[in-house]
Amino acid sequence: MTATCTLTDCGTTPDTDYSMDDYQGPEARWCPGCGDHSVLSSVQRLLATHQMAPERTVFVSGIGCSSRFPHYLRTFGFHGIHGRALPVSVGVKLARPDLDVFAVMGDGDCCSIGAGHWIHATRYNVNMTVLLLDNNIYGLTKKQTSPTTPQGFKTNTQPRGSYLPALNPLTVTLGITNASFVAQTADWAPQHLYETLEAAYAHQGFSFVRIMQRCPVWTSILFQDAVRDPARVAVLVHERGIRDAGTEELHKHHIDHDPSDLDAARHLAEEGGMRLGLFYRDASCPRYEETRRQAAYTPAERIAVLEKEFDRHAV
Amino acid sequence: MTASTTAQDATGVSVPPSQKVLHVREHCVEIVSDSGEGAQKCGQSFGAVCAKMGNGVWTVEIIPAEIQPPARTPAGASGVRIRFGTGPVTNGGNDAQLVVAFNEQVLLARLRANSLAEDAVILIENCWKDHDDETIRAAWKNAFETIGKRGFRIIEVPMEELCLTVVDDPRRGKNMFAFGMLAAVYDRDVERCKAQIAFTFRKKSQEIYDRNSKLFDLGHGWAKENLDFRIDIPTHAVEREMLVMNGNTALGMGAIASGMDLCSMYPITPATSVSHYLSDVFENAGGIVHQAEDEIAAAGVAIGASYAGKVAFTVTSGPGLALKTEFLGLATMTEVPLVVIDVQRGGPSTGLPTKVEQSDLLAVLWGQPGDAPKVIMAPSTIEECFHVVITARRIAETFRCVVFILSDANLATGVTPFPRPQTDPRWVAGPPDQSPVPEGLRPYDWDPRTGLSRRFVPGQPGGMYTLTGLVHDENSKVRYAPGVNENACEMRSRKIAVLQSTLQPPTPHGGDEGDVLVVGWGSTRGAIEEAVDIARAEGLAASSVNLTFLSPLEPGLRDLFSRFGAVMTVEVNYSDEKDAPYITDENRRRGQLCTLLRAQTLVDVDCWTRVPGAPLRPADILSAIRAKIAEGGRS
Repeated sequence: MTATCTLTDCGTTPDTDYSMDDYQGPEARWCPGCGDHSVLSSVQRLLATHQMAPERTVFVSGIGCSSRFPHYLRTFGFHGIHGRALPVSVGVKLARPDLDVFAVMGDGDCCSIGAGHWIHATRYNVNMTVLLLDNNIYGLTKKQTSPTTPQGFKTNTQPRGSYLPALNPLTVTLGITNASFVAQTADWAPQHLYETLEAAYAHQGFSFVRIMQRCPVWTSILFQDAVRDPARVAVLVHERGIRDAGTEELHKHHIDHDPSDLDAARHLAEEGGMRLGLFYRDASCPRYEETRRQAAYTPAERIAVLEKEFDRHAV
Repeated sequence: MTASTTAQDATGVSVPPSQKVLHVREHCVEIVSDSGEGAQKCGQSFGAVCAKMGNGVWTVEIIPAEIQPPARTPAGASGVRIRFGTGPVTNGGNDAQLVVAFNEQVLLARLRANSLAEDAVILIENCWKDHDDETIRAAWKNAFETIGKRGFRIIEVPMEELCLTVVDDPRRGKNMFAFGMLAAVYDRDVERCKAQIAFTFRKKSQEIYDRNSKLFDLGHGWAKENLDFRIDIPTHAVEREMLVMNGNTALGMGAIASGMDLCSMYPITPATSVSHYLSDVFENAGGIVHQAEDEIAAAGVAIGASYAGKVAFTVTSGPGLALKTEFLGLATMTEVPLVVIDVQRGGPSTGLPTKVEQSDLLAVLWGQPGDAPKVIMAPSTIEECFHVVITARRIAETFRCVVFILSDANLATGVTPFPRPQTDPRWVAGPPDQSPVPEGLRPYDWDPRTGLSRRFVPGQPGGMYTLTGLVHDENSKVRYAPGVNENACEMRSRKIAVLQSTLQPPTPHGGDEGDVLVVGWGSTRGAIEEAVDIARAEGLAASSVNLTFLSPLEPGLRDLFSRFGAVMTVEVNYSDEKDAPYITDENRRRGQLCTLLRAQTLVDVDCWTRVPGAPLRPADILSAIRAKIAEGGRS
């Protein structure tokens, strides 16, 4: 993919020319048929479209199948510990607001062990793109119940069926003060997925994208009906929403939803179901890293502050 | 003056008693009140004036465990101890020789804490003695059945009666009255005291200053007229400019000096005041304090920031340290430089939140699963609290490792003057390296001899790699082959040995050889050296050594230990007593540094440790030294 040079730009050839291959890391080792492959392709396309400099792009992840994500890209990556991708991302962004930061988490990562960070990172509203790859199961550790596992679904830890109704990541996020971008898409709707990533990346704030993601090994059955029968999937449509003609053509069930209407977004999320689209966006929410941004200083300036502090404590 | 009543002489005759002047080189004063009556403000003001006049000073806070403990209870005793003298003062000392108590219950608390000298002078508020409330009168009487049996000199002071002439609520006035009394007793410079009051209330109105100044005068006048003694402690002209602060403020200033930009923390006693101080001033210097949602996130944010190019730090105490464990292992494994300040308190679990202990050494050293080598430093003075942060940041960056700073509640709240440091712009970390990474260089290009490698920072062209907490090779690629893990472990471990090769053997205090060597670390240094000095004056061949580096240990210890008949650590952590039931030489659990030294030097190091929730006293350490020498031979 080649970056186009327009008249409104400088009129010279840009000095970067990254193709999708330039973002390609080692071959991804997810299972064949895993939804993560599709997300990876869309992300590479996004990187190339925006000609993001690989060295100025950071993918942070936790632990789990989806958290292998950074290894398969040629950018900076941080494959940390289970549930903690968001604090690390916040730290990167606080130190370096100039970097493009993406966090990639699974449902165990984000909604279970890291749930506290999810709430607070949403509220911080740091400018970053957050991908929740939600396959409704712990895959890497072999089929344990996750918070988003449907009630009754049998797993190795709850063999008589999961005991509780599944947690809804959309209602949770939409319930958090200062939430600024909440969207849902699916790995089997690649164009919608891509358009959603575009909108998420364009949004200045904490862009939370829940991606319904098939696990061919443990939860293939959970998304099967939706994949086979487009009528089971509804699309949120609105002029300020995420638009993709192909998706709207395929899925006849449309819900007109204004993404600036938080009450309606919460109501829609609460209803559940397979719904693709932008639930909520508010570009006016304060961003923590902007609020806290400090001017750069020289060593001499810093020492001057220190001397002042000494004066204040001198006897 | 409007009133001049004393307990001994309630005649109202306003004739200044002839004053006896007691000449001493040092004194230890305690001011205790109910929580919220301002005894700490009084004590800190008094301590600051003593420092400004050229006395050596050390203050120790007396802190109740609750925010609003019930009034007039021993559990609620709040205040400060000020030990000051003609020469330098390095610790809180032994017994208080003069006490100002706002009621008899808080005095009882100090008595029960064995804080008072047998012949202490006690200036006590007497409004409770004939109080309208019968239970209060009874409590006073009851307390004095204990207090009266001691050899104290009790002087009743009508604090409340006099303060009510200036303020409506005497709970908000007695502290400056007490400051005035102390200023008269110790002949403090009144101008300096007034300047101190102005500083203390600098954010308040002129009216509030005037009122407090008046209360000071009232206390000063009362003491001049009614006390028959004065205490003279010669002061030195201050030759070098001195700074006065507590250890947590010094740590915060060290962070500013080191050039770090991010303090990521979660509130926890007694570490939080580092961030209180920094929150006030850090932004003037381009830094921020991030209060994270929990202790884990506080570590994660600091690691994220460090990874992104600028070393950050997190500050915590025992329970918070426990929560950060997994992240600290990650930083070690991935060689992300990080500074962790642990202001230790009593443990395990919630333990003694406001009290001193040195119980985190082994948790820090061995707390992460797997082999996680790191650097551990312990400042032993408030001055060192400042410098240690600068050194820690540099080591973290040079060695791509986690550096722990182990302070404790004693340093955190202790206040003492130290010479104003000569600043140096080289202390300040530069901006993140954004230069292109040379062709062929790998993200973990370990030098096979030293384990050192160059860190890649996001933004550096050609530096892209994925950091991982999984076992990885030089390219940061996940690899489980046996040789890979062994090599990576070796490289991370080697760095610690390389750092040790740059350290000097520690210099003992006292002599190079003798009967007993006391080994200490952290805030006990002043008390240990004072005990050693007295022991040597008694003719005992005792010396001490303080270790700043606990990991790696400083070099030359085995050689040093071999020159002494016995080696014994003195620490504020738990150890079994040798003669306790079931305890044998084999199963005895020893002090934490002691355990470490035995393992590393194969010397039969003994220990004397206590966990009183208070700083160790020189007198108690001295007894332990005498006992060890009396025991004779090796431990």
